[in-house]
Amino acid sequence: MGLDKIWVFGQATGDDVASITLEMLAAARGLADTVEVFMAGDGDDYAEELGEHGADTVYSTGDLDGGLQGVAVASAVAAAIEAGDVDAPDAFLLGTTQDGRDVAGRLSVKLDTPVITNVVALEADDTLVGSEPVFGGTVDVKTKNTSGKPGIFLVRPKSFEAEGVGGAEADTEDLDVPDLGAVGAAKVVNSHVEESDGPKLDEAAIVVSGGRGLGEPDAYVMVDDLAKAVGGAPGASRAIVDAGWVPYSYQVGQTGKVVKPTVYIAAGISGATQHLVGMKGSKNIIAINKDPEAPIFAVADLGIVGDVHKVMPKLIEALQNR
Amino acid sequence: MIKLSGSLDEAFPALPGIDFAAMKVVVCVKQIPDPADPGALDPETKTLKRDSKLILDESDSYGVEMALQLVDAAGDGEVHLVSMAPNNEVSGLRTALAMGAASATIVSDDALQGSDALGTAKVLAAAIARQEPDLILAATESSDGYTGTVPEQVAELMGLPSVTFAKSVAVDGGAAKVKRQTEAGYDEVECPLPALVSVTAGVVEPRYPSFKGIMAAKSKPVDELDLGALGIDAGQVGWAGAGQEIVAIEEAPARESGEVIEDEGDAYERIVAFLDDLKVL
Repeated sequence: MGLDKIWVFGQATGDDVASITLEMLAAARGLADTVEVFMAGDGDDYAEELGEHGADTVYSTGDLDGGLQGVAVASAVAAAIEAGDVDAPDAFLLGTTQDGRDVAGRLSVKLDTPVITNVVALEADDTLVGSEPVFGGTVDVKTKNTSGKPGIFLVRPKSFEAEGVGGAEADTEDLDVPDLGAVGAAKVVNSHVEESDGPKLDEAAIVVSGGRGLGEPDAYVMVDDLAKAVGGAPGASRAIVDAGWVPYSYQVGQTGKVVKPTVYIAAGISGATQHLVGMKGSKNIIAINKDPEAPIFAVADLGIVGDVHKVMPKLIEALQNR
Repeated sequence: MIKLSGSLDEAFPALPGIDFAAMKVVVCVKQIPDPADPGALDPETKTLKRDSKLILDESDSYGVEMALQLVDAAGDGEVHLVSMAPNNEVSGLRTALAMGAASATIVSDDALQGSDALGTAKVLAAAIARQEPDLILAATESSDGYTGTVPEQVAELMGLPSVTFAKSVAVDGGAAKVKRQTEAGYDEVECPLPALVSVTAGVVEPRYPSFKGIMAAKSKPVDELDLGALGIDAGQVGWAGAGQEIVAIEEAPARESGEVIEDEGDAYERIVAFLDDLKVL
């Protein structure tokens, strides 16, 4: 038995709808008769792409004038439901992103409804059930929304395959943000982009990540060089992001990006649960680590027990000479 | 709700831009089983088994340190901790008190078992409100449950603005100035106080408690509260209030490990051959 209606939180980078939004649309189509998108910004800019992926209607708030999405979007949705302008959906799907989590938290309080988090699979019977991997992905926990109200599900990126279905351009509707007062007082005054050149971390066919085993910040250049030599993207474990070697945008893991490249090369990464959750879905995993007991070897297709400072330079040279 | 004024403020109410007020920062801290000994899900109760002593979640040590530094920078004020745990457990709180926090609130109640993120947020919000803080800090997510929604839920329940995923925090002229992580980089966000800010690991380097700090922590005040003291109905929290139920716990399919070889100086050739086989170069 399916659901009547699911709302998917829309996110975008520039003119393009974010992959996580399209992934959730693909999941939602299989679970409900009607799939609609709610988002900040101007829905008209994205109605064609969202419709192509199966969204019937896009509700959007318009420009937030520097305001953060969490409080604005959640307030707008709650107000529209309360006023009877829209019928509440059976469930909300949001991506596990900064803004997705903010909207989910605020909305759950406004609707007094649960948030089911870290979801990687969904099934519907009379209500929606989300599946969450725990203990480094060794155990799956299935959690059902039993509140009798619309459940909120935070979905991990890369859990579903985005797929266009040739749908017509989505209808667009306004989602008015009520006067937020002091609660909406946080304002973005400046934005900075830290992404590196080359393919994006969560889209690259090859990802090369470095960890503590590199020893010192300067050694990260080997990760950059290898990524460049194979046309891949450089990544990092949380340990070296926390230590300030590279920006957060490089981080692969539970916090950070989830990647599923054709090849993942882990250099000097021991394989903490935090990291494994973000890369275990890679098709092929190569690990280089001097500790033969490192957990990363349990998931590696090819494991090299050795010193990254010896293996990496030779590998880079061999690949650069091609 | 928030009283910013001190006696000097009252003496010189007309002086603009001069803030004599002491800053009160509340830090939400979670006490968790030692991650080195993560325990297991109890299939009967569907909660985490917590056999061992609870410790301060490392994620929260960053918020504690940030709070101590902000109070230092303000010149006056104090850091108060709020935690929810079974049986008035304080072993993790003592670590944060030893770092320099002045006092703490621990909320315990049998009716809290099985609370979901929203139930937890209701308890924390009620306990925090009693402190009338200028600023509330929390980690972006705990290291054991990692739902990552509690800080924003607390802010909404308290009617406060919030900035999540902070990689740096400063307070200036009654406003928080935050660098907030985004998918692409970071945003500079300004937010008037009172407010809630969730901080990432790496926002500051947490100090180690000194011996003196550890000794002092033993006698710092810890206020023990239950649901009655907070005026929360037991039906709002715990199993009764959770609008979600675990319906299955299943072993996930394990990933097979492949070949592991020792580097004898030529292991790089194996990697090249592996990549060639995949035709990805």
